[in-house]
Amino acid sequence: MKKILAMVMALLMVMGMLAGCASGDAPETTAGTDSANTGGDGAVTPIKIGLTGPLTGSNAAYGLAVKAGMEIAVEEINANAAQNGGLTLEFRAEDDEADGEKGVSAYNSLKDWGMQIFAGAVTTSPSLTIAAETLNDQMFMLTPSASAVEIPATGSNVFQMCFTDPNQGASAAEVISKQWPDAAIGVIYDSSNPYSAGIYNGFAEKAEELGLNIVCETSFTEDSKSDLSTQVTQCQDAGADLVFLPFYYTEASQVLTYANTIGYAPTFFGCDGMDGILTVEGFDTQLAEGLALMTPFDANASDEATASFVAKFQEKMDGLVPNQFAADGYDVIYAIYDACVAAGVDGNTSTADICAALMEQFASMTFDGLTGKGMTWDETGMISKSPAAVVIKDGVYVPMS
Amino acid sequence: MTAMKKFWNNKTLRSNTITYAVVILGFVIMQTLSSMGMLGSAVKGYLVPICVYIVLAVSLNLLVGVCGELSLGHAGFMGIGAFTGIVIAAVTAQLIPEGTVRLIVAMAAGGILAGAVGFLVGIPVLRLRGDYLAIVTLAFGEIMKNLINNMYVGIDEAGFHMVISTEQMKLLPGGTMIISGPLGATSIQKLATFPMGFALILVTLFVVLNLIHSKEGRAIKAVRDNRIAAESVGIPVTAFRLKAFVVSAFLAGMAGALFGLNFSSLTASKFNFNTSINILVFVVLGGMGNILGSVISATVLYVLPEAMRSLQDYRMILYAVVLIVVMLCTWSPKIKNAIRAMPVLLRERFRGRRKEAGSHE
Repeated sequence: MKKILAMVMALLMVMGMLAGCASGDAPETTAGTDSANTGGDGAVTPIKIGLTGPLTGSNAAYGLAVKAGMEIAVEEINANAAQNGGLTLEFRAEDDEADGEKGVSAYNSLKDWGMQIFAGAVTTSPSLTIAAETLNDQMFMLTPSASAVEIPATGSNVFQMCFTDPNQGASAAEVISKQWPDAAIGVIYDSSNPYSAGIYNGFAEKAEELGLNIVCETSFTEDSKSDLSTQVTQCQDAGADLVFLPFYYTEASQVLTYANTIGYAPTFFGCDGMDGILTVEGFDTQLAEGLALMTPFDANASDEATASFVAKFQEKMDGLVPNQFAADGYDVIYAIYDACVAAGVDGNTSTADICAALMEQFASMTFDGLTGKGMTWDETGMISKSPAAVVIKDGVYVPMS
Repeated sequence: MTAMKKFWNNKTLRSNTITYAVVILGFVIMQTLSSMGMLGSAVKGYLVPICVYIVLAVSLNLLVGVCGELSLGHAGFMGIGAFTGIVIAAVTAQLIPEGTVRLIVAMAAGGILAGAVGFLVGIPVLRLRGDYLAIVTLAFGEIMKNLINNMYVGIDEAGFHMVISTEQMKLLPGGTMIISGPLGATSIQKLATFPMGFALILVTLFVVLNLIHSKEGRAIKAVRDNRIAAESVGIPVTAFRLKAFVVSAFLAGMAGALFGLNFSSLTASKFNFNTSINILVFVVLGGMGNILGSVISATVLYVLPEAMRSLQDYRMILYAVVLIVVMLCTWSPKIKNAIRAMPVLLRERFRGRRKEAGSHE
């Protein structure tokens, strides 16, 4: 009895340590400005923007990417504030461990800090719990990467920067029906993950409508994702020559590796969570050749904005190549800032007034960012932007013909 | 005077009174501060979860500390209670417009279902001992989590629907989804309040303390201390252990319902192995069988990581370090003795110095 207890305790502590270490050496959280408070003529009170995301634990990669993307945007904005009437931003990120309960705590502590606009959360469950709080507090919320369709449905003050899951699933089905109309399709998805299950549901519905030939549907859960060989073998046995993988790149890298070892080479097709597969440590990027995915962001794009962002991100994150999470975070800050400038609000405006002004702006504005051009939002808060389907060729994304 | 003395000499009565007094004092202080508007949003947000974790820790202590059974599936019972509570609260929304009444009904339903599941699971499981029980309860918690993760529950004009795949879930227009698989329950009406959490703690303390100090409680402890001896004097071992198990599951279910109705959305993955272990940590660090210890450790250990937010990335490491230090201080006899000997040692040294100083004069 005591022995088990001791072992359990030891396990817990080790896990706690790992959770702490996973976050690595993070940069300072408040990339704020003190110049705005120094007075002088025309000094504008900065607006406080808060983010909650998984900064520790197994989802820390996403949270840290969004945080770094946002910090870059805030630094750029504050450096060039003079051009926009001197409005600057203060930014703070809190850890929510990708958990709804912790998310509310993190959100509350940001509120105690004086947050006026909420630019989170990174993952779905905390976004859902926090969205109800922001509705209650009349605080504007724009989530960079939480993609469940239920999030903008919470209230008219809640907006999304990424695609909703069912929409993305439906677009995936459309792309497949156009590019590979005769393919025998296998689907592997994570049934315990709202993102993956959401895309799958949207995909399955659209696929039925389009008459796609799905030969194999198989799933895994959070607890069984360390070994996906059974699912890959199932697809192979069913004779699937196109496998749809609507989940994140870490698990996808396993699927590709295993498929390679058993000599199974169908066309793999992923969603925006697949972006980042080329940066997985210890993964042979050769295996990703020919992988098709839908992503709003391409770190290899040649335009100036992307190149400058990638350079800054790599400087901040020890050479890590930014994925769509980071780009979404960057866009969120710019979209909020543009709307604030257009609405003429600053840090002295009350939270509820900022919220009302931004809701009006977002309903009418068109935004160009790293993750798309001409983005608009509908009255529910969902974004409309076109997902770009790309194929990986020689280690870079090439637009699908 | 003699009544006071009598009261003070009755160890059980004394410790029970102190436990109740601490809880009531804590409630009065927080409630006063809250009504005076002196609490930040963060602290206000902790209140209900703290109540929930106190109830969970106390109910698990009944099992681990008093009964001597290691259960690693407490979050499973909490999850059953939470989702039952959410469903009941959603279904009875029209029937019972009054929030507090609906919360009580939901909590009772959550508790009863968790207790019933505890009873069914307990029948085979409680014939096992020690390690085996730990493994089976661990598996139970995971099964519950995965079951809820695949459940789709909705309500429309045609009635109540519960299926395990989205394709079968076709609600009539105007119907609402209550639980949708891995996304969990969304748009929950938040009914939980701090006074209700406090009331639940009082109920839990009343049930658990009375059970411990009753005839049954003594029998349960006898089974814990020496099963063979207890059996030899005719105590029906499994029956008593089952009683403690069901009570513990019932209370965890009530706490789960309160927890579920404190957030606007809830996923089944919340009720995983980690949550079970967390509750166990509260119990172990508070002291096995020590009810007041569970109350205090649940509060402190819940607030600690939140209070250390300013330390950023180091807070989880520090949390682990605090756990290790507390564990060593409360469990290692060497350190315990050293701490106990400290005042004596200091006094002696102090005296010795004075003596030395005196002899010089």
